[in-house]
Amino acid sequence: MIKPVKNEMQPKMAVEIAGIKLKNPIMPASGTFGYGEEYAPYLDLNSLGAIVTKGLSLKPKAGNNTPRICETVSGMLNAIGLQNVGVDAFIKYKMAYLEQYSTPVIVNFFGNTQDEYGEVAARLDDVPGVAALEMNISCPNVKHGGIIFGTDPRAAFAAVSLVRKRTSKPLIVKLTPNVTDIQITARAAEDAGADALSLINTLTGMAVDVKTRKPRLANIIGGLSGPAIRPIAVRLVHQVVQAVKVPVIGIGGISRAMDALEFLIVGARAVQVGTANFVDPNAMATIIAGLEEFCREEGVADINDLIGTLEL
Amino acid sequence: MKNLKTIVLSNQEISPGYFRMKILAPGYNNTAKPGQFVMFRVQRSLPPLLRRPFGIFRAGFMPADCDSMQPKEFIELIYKVVGSGTEIMQRLHQGDPVELLGPLGEGFDLGVAEEEKILVGGGIGLVPLYMLAERMVETSRVRLLMGGRTRDDIIMVTEFERLGVETYVSTEDGSLGEGGMITQVLKRKLDKFPKSTVFACGPMPMIDAVQKICFERGTPLQVSLEALMACGVGACLGCVVKGAGHTEVEPRYLCTCTSGPVFNAENLDWNKIEVTVVGSGGCK
Ligand SMILES: Cc1cc2nc3c(=O)[nH]c(=O)nc-3n(C[C@H](O)[C@H](O)[C@H](O)COP(=O)(O)OP(=O)(O)OC[C@H]3O[C@@H](n4cnc5c(N)ncnc54)[C@H](O)[C@@H]3O)c2cc1C
Ligand code: FES
Repeated sequence: MIKPVKNEMQPKMAVEIAGIKLKNPIMPASGTFGYGEEYAPYLDLNSLGAIVTKGLSLKPKAGNNTPRICETVSGMLNAIGLQNVGVDAFIKYKMAYLEQYSTPVIVNFFGNTQDEYGEVAARLDDVPGVAALEMNISCPNVKHGGIIFGTDPRAAFAAVSLVRKRTSKPLIVKLTPNVTDIQITARAAEDAGADALSLINTLTGMAVDVKTRKPRLANIIGGLSGPAIRPIAVRLVHQVVQAVKVPVIGIGGISRAMDALEFLIVGARAVQVGTANFVDPNAMATIIAGLEEFCREEGVADINDLIGTLEL
Repeated sequence: MKNLKTIVLSNQEISPGYFRMKILAPGYNNTAKPGQFVMFRVQRSLPPLLRRPFGIFRAGFMPADCDSMQPKEFIELIYKVVGSGTEIMQRLHQGDPVELLGPLGEGFDLGVAEEEKILVGGGIGLVPLYMLAERMVETSRVRLLMGGRTRDDIIMVTEFERLGVETYVSTEDGSLGEGGMITQVLKRKLDKFPKSTVFACGPMPMIDAVQKICFERGTPLQVSLEALMACGVGACLGCVVKGAGHTEVEPRYLCTCTSGPVFNAENLDWNKIEVTVVGSGGCK
């Protein structure tokens, strides 16, 4: 704050991913921001780099039984079960709402078969206002024994290839961290035509109530998010950036500007903020302001000058 | 609605394990409705990570004094220490910074003026009934049935009585008031005043029993439910309950934070309610 000269400038915050121009590198992580509307009373949606919707499926999805969430050390487990209104209702009601904002809308989607993935992508293809698709491949492939698409590089390659054929929108593939070597799935997604990769989705986890001896989640296993997973996420982003040419969006436990900077420095072009939105609905605005302040203090004229500058 | 960065005005133990916290809350006095809640951020650092939901006990203002020319608006919470978050809360002092998101959710519908009202509160479930009683006594006769495991769980009796509410106390161990369950008192009151509307808040087994009694008699019932919440604003979908007519094929999940916490009993699916709500309730 006391470095006078550098303080004057307004650093450039805009970044570009797969042809989409973002005002800044900050966007919400799918599933932590509803369909945008829920947070509009607390946060100016136009201040964000992008809006990422809750994951959509072909048909509306009920989700899991409760309890669906539980707090853990510096994190939380969730097993919501991808409850959503379905792609058609989204287009009709939720998209109509989001169109009043200038912020690019990235629509997250999933399926339980290759064809379902393809069909959802196709239905979103000619929807104006959808800037890009984010494909969640952390779902079970019901036609192949329920193996998660994202943990089987061949299934991931096939599903992404099919979606690629059915959409002309920029395609972001969201990777699961629950694999032995993430570079393999990252390359599979890139080879299949992904324009960008986002990672990480939640780490699978479990918690037990020792008095009742029951799992704390009705679904038994859930996805771990929050500050607890950040070092793992930074490591995985670092590894993926080495392995692919397409841009990478970093996700995992970001709640402050300093956290976002770690991801940018290892090479993420943008980042998603998840659990932190629950803790503070204003978190993303605070992070954006924090990034600007960091650039000013460090004399960085353009945030892009920080991306991928890890000193080894 | 916004996130309010504010301070604690006072924080006192009112019964073993129960605390009453007054928080500076500009804007709440005119907007907070009975049954609404806040998402409370205990401290800026971790733990806990998530905010905790608390019903608003009371909203009001302190008259202007020499320090400030404006009257100071405040809210009060009453909480029971049950875990990591409330353990930190009990150690907060006057002037400590806290954050409030709210007022959130759908509160109670005050119903028809003049008609008789019966409020049923178990333990910490008494909290949201205070503001409700405060509004209702202006136009209706209000009876309050207070229940708890033991005498320590019966809180705020004098406060309710000062409002002009008729109070009836029962404890499971008989240490205060009538011995036994609150529901037997409810049955007697409904026999005597069958035209009453019932408003209930408390642990899930109590709510469930109250629902059965009211359903059998066709008594209108509003319930305030608890659920584990992460966001409080309808985004995480962690807090859902099954609504009336819920099936696997046509799911009807309602968010406790936005469609509730107060529900008309007829809008909920009572067959499956126990698995969907935090079973232990706030009254442990
Ligand atoms: C709308 C609403 C209004 C509430 N109003 C009040 C109130 O006025 N006063 C009050 O004392 N409490 C109230 N609660 C409950 C309160 O939110 C929990 O007691 C609190 O979150 C526990 O936090 P903790 O960190 O101390 O406990 P944790 O360490 O999180 O949990 C300790 C124990 O409490 C249980 N628990 C946690 N959260 C809840 C919950 N939401 N409901 C029931 N049990 C829970 C856990 O299952 C666990 O057994 C309300 C809850 C809701 C949803
Ligand atoms: S608490 Fe997040 S949706 Fe209700």
